[in-house]
Amino acid sequence: MHPAGSLIIFTVLSGLGFGLLAFLGAGIVRPVGWDAFAWFAAGYALAGGGLLASVFHLGHPERALLAFTQWRTSWLSREAVLAAAALGVMAPHAAGSVFFAQPLPVFGAIAALLCLATVIATSMIYATIRAVPRWHHWTTPAVFLAAALAGGALLAGQLRLAGALFAVLAVALALHWQAGDWRWRDAESTPGSATGLGRIGRVRLFERPHTGANYITREMVHVVGRRHSAKLRLIALLGGAILPATLLALMPPSLLAAGAALALHLAGMLAARWLFFAEAEHVVGLYYGRSSA
Amino acid sequence: MTDLPTSAGRKLGLVIDLDICVGCHACVTSCKEWNSQGYGAPLADVDAYGAAPEGAFLNRVHSFEVTPENAPPQLVHFPRSCLHCEDAPCVTVCPTGASHKRAEDGIVLVEESMCIGCGLCAWACPYGAREMDPAEQVMKKCTLCVDRIYNENLPPEDREPSCVRACPTGARHFGDLGDPSSAVSQLVAAREGFDLMPEQGTKPVNKYLPPREKDRATAAPALEPVGGAGGFLGWLDRALSRL
Repeated sequence: MHPAGSLIIFTVLSGLGFGLLAFLGAGIVRPVGWDAFAWFAAGYALAGGGLLASVFHLGHPERALLAFTQWRTSWLSREAVLAAAALGVMAPHAAGSVFFAQPLPVFGAIAALLCLATVIATSMIYATIRAVPRWHHWTTPAVFLAAALAGGALLAGQLRLAGALFAVLAVALALHWQAGDWRWRDAESTPGSATGLGRIGRVRLFERPHTGANYITREMVHVVGRRHSAKLRLIALLGGAILPATLLALMPPSLLAAGAALALHLAGMLAARWLFFAEAEHVVGLYYGRSSA
Repeated sequence: MTDLPTSAGRKLGLVIDLDICVGCHACVTSCKEWNSQGYGAPLADVDAYGAAPEGAFLNRVHSFEVTPENAPPQLVHFPRSCLHCEDAPCVTVCPTGASHKRAEDGIVLVEESMCIGCGLCAWACPYGAREMDPAEQVMKKCTLCVDRIYNENLPPEDREPSCVRACPTGARHFGDLGDPSSAVSQLVAAREGFDLMPEQGTKPVNKYLPPREKDRATAAPALEPVGGAGGFLGWLDRALSRL
C-alpha cells in the first residue's frame, strides 16, 4: 500500500495524543493549573493535529462532516465519532483541572475510555480490510493500542509504567511482522483464484491492461525497497520500543531520560508506521503480475 | 446508508465469457466514452497527450498466460470491472454514505456529491474495481450503465451497458442473475460460470465463464525428429546421416 505521509503522521501523532489524554482522563496523573494546561494542551494538540493531518488525505475536505454519519457499518466513521466524543467529554475535565483546580473524574474516566476506543477504531479501519492479508489480523489493533499506551504513559510522566509498556509494544510489533509474513505466504488468494483460471493450470500475467500507472497501481501495487525491510524493522523495533524501554529501566527518572526515550520512540514509530503501509500487499496486485508469495 | 440491503431478488450484473474475449479493449473504450458524459463527473485523464498519460477507467482488460499440465500455454484475455458484490466491502467501509448498494437491483453506486475522496472503498475492494477521478477527486466505479439500462430515450436494443453493446464478439452478457430462469443465469449454469476470489467472501454477482477445453493433438508432438522411421524417410535419414 502507498505509504502516504499524512496517514503516517496522523496515526502516530493521534495515537500518542489519545494515549496521553487517556492517562490524564483516568486520573493516573492529576495535574492542576498551568501544569494541567501544558499536559492537556499537548494531548489536544497531538490528537487534534493528527486529525487535521488526516483531513489533508481527503479529496474533498469540505464534506468531512458527512464522515460522522455511517458509524453503523464504517470503522472510519466510528473513529470520527469516537474522536469527537473523546475530545468533547474530556473538555469539562480539562477545563476543571486547568481553571478551577477541580478535576472531574467521571468525565475524565469516560473520556479516557473513549480515547482508547478511538485508537482501536483507527486500527480497525485497517484490520477489517480482508484484501490486505497483512493487516487483517488481531495484531494490528494490538500494535496501535500498545503504541498509544506506551507513548501516552511516557508523555504522562509514568516512566516505570512506560518502560513496561514499551516492552509490550516490542512484542506486539514482532508478532505483527511475523504474523504478517505468514499471512501473505499462506494467503488463500492467488493468481489462480483472482482470475478463476487456476482450475486450468498455472496462471501468470502475460500483459498489463496499459503501459502506464493508474490509481490502483500507485495506491495498492506500490512496490517499495522491500530489501530494506529487515533493516527498517530493526530500526523500528529498537527505536520505537526496545531502546526507550532500556533507557527508562537503566537511567534514573529524569526529564532527560524521558525526552531521549520520546525522541527515539517517535522516530521508531514513524519507521514502523511507514513499514505498516509500505509492506502491506493488496490482493489486487495479483491482477498486476504479483505472484502469491 | 452503507448498510447492505437484504436482496430483493433482482441482481443485475454481467457474465463475461473468457472463451470468446479476444482482448480488443472495445469494452474499455466504449465504457470510457459513455462515462465521460452524462452520469456523474466525466472520467478524467491527466497528461493525456504528454509523456506519462494516465486516467480513470471503470474497466480494464488484462491478459494472462495459463499453462495446463502436459499442454502448451494458452492466452486468456481477462476484462476486469466492478462485480456488484452482494457482500460489498466497499459499501460498508464508506464513512459518508456515498457508497451504496441499491435494494431494487443490486447495483453498487457512488453518490459523488457525498464522496470525500478518502479512498478507503478502493482499499477494501479486492478486485481493484474503483479508481479515484484525478480531476474531481471523487471515487469512480462501474455503474452498470444505470443511465442506459432504464433510459427510455434510447432504443430498446441500446438499453444495456455500454461495454456489452460494444463487444464485437459477444463475450459480454447483461441480465438478472437473481432470476434462475434468465438467459444469463442459464448460461452460467450451462458453462459452469465462476466467482473471482470467492475466498474473499464478497459474493460477486458478476460471473465469468471459463475458456472451453482446447483440442489436444494425439499424434507425435511437432518438432520431434522423425528418427527410427522405416521406408523412404528412414533411408533418407540414414543416407543424409552418412554424408
